[in-house]
Amino acid sequence: MSDPHFDIRLSRRRALTCLGAWSGAAVLWNVVGGVPVAYGKSLDREKPRAGGFAFAQISDTHIGFHKDANPDVTGTLRRCIADLNALPDRPGFVAHTGDITHLSKPEEFDLAGQLFGEIKVDRMHFVPGEHDALDNGLSGYLQRHGVQGGGKPWYSFDDHGVHFIGLSNVVDFKVGSMPTLGDEQLGWLEKDLASRSASTPVVVLAHIPLWTVYEPWGWGTADSARALTALRRFGSVTVLNGHIHQVLQKVEGHVAFHTAMSTAYPQPAPGAAESPGPLTVPAGELGKYLGTRELHVVRGKSMLATVDRPIAGAADVAEART
Amino acid sequence: MRRAIPVLAALLALGTAGAPARASEPVTIAIDHFQFGPNDITVEPGTIVEWVNRDQTIHNIIMPAAKVASPGMDTGDHFTFRFDTSGDFSYLCGLHPHMTGVVHVKAKAS
Repeated sequence: MSDPHFDIRLSRRRALTCLGAWSGAAVLWNVVGGVPVAYGKSLDREKPRAGGFAFAQISDTHIGFHKDANPDVTGTLRRCIADLNALPDRPGFVAHTGDITHLSKPEEFDLAGQLFGEIKVDRMHFVPGEHDALDNGLSGYLQRHGVQGGGKPWYSFDDHGVHFIGLSNVVDFKVGSMPTLGDEQLGWLEKDLASRSASTPVVVLAHIPLWTVYEPWGWGTADSARALTALRRFGSVTVLNGHIHQVLQKVEGHVAFHTAMSTAYPQPAPGAAESPGPLTVPAGELGKYLGTRELHVVRGKSMLATVDRPIAGAADVAEART
Repeated sequence: MRRAIPVLAALLALGTAGAPARASEPVTIAIDHFQFGPNDITVEPGTIVEWVNRDQTIHNIIMPAAKVASPGMDTGDHFTFRFDTSGDFSYLCGLHPHMTGVVHVKAKAS
């Protein structure tokens, strides 16, 4: 990264248009000068800036879910896939940030694999969600997606000068505690990062947010502080999570956190309902709950600007200076 | 479709040395809106406790002290476990760890 005033411009668009049944969307990330830039998928056809490379993020496909909040998660995923395939520039890869399946059933993993095969992309990278770790732990997930980590659910790789890390925080739940990464994985992470230059852009994939979104609902990772300590010396860190089925963003120092929408069903905003879980909205009105967002972060200028657009298309621009 | 999850037979043998304790009536704990209800109960040894999931999403029961990890319970599924040994058994949903409960197992004073 050559510019000390690095610029992260994030643009997410959740597109429902007028289709009541459509709840899915993906996020296209373009890396320019080592900095990930997100472009919303469904309405946004703006072309990523030249010179970078793009990758897409999908999350929480919950193949197997069939309740009122969305009886057709296969259909909404297919709509998402169609949007990805219609991109003018094919993404380098697709990252899936967990909850591939709803019940960890072999047939659900198999169907998900078939659907992902419809994406016109060279490869996918996965991290597990807790719904992928039921009954037999991560065995079903690792059978299909464990090669990259040598049988472990965590791994790293480099692409276009960016160091990507996949983490797992969906097993070994304890009474009265948020989920954890665990000592073994944290030790691996510290070792993995030790030899990297602080100027290397880092992108972290994990299912459950690595920042505490809302502790009463378990929306956070109890031991993420140790991971963030290892990441803090890097000039550009982007953390991509799923789990909460909505877009939230936060910046701490050089670390930008982003949660993603689901392709299956929405969940309430943190604390906005009695409990988390699938949010059933009237048919045709799902678009009210999903919208678009662009976020521009310019470090050094201490400015954070966000642009939110509801599905109706009316721009609601908010800018906050810190 | 309602799916019954049987008692884990292997766990029934735990702590059953000697005369079996007299059980109280079976107890049902509802899972509703991401909460166990009731979430704090006291039963006699030998009592069967049943959890029934009434939520739209899945839950499970993780009870480390009893080495219990239920299968995922979809809407309408239930899971039962017989508590044969005295003690305090804290549990949680392994998918939503903020959901917690405890079963106290103790014999009635004679």
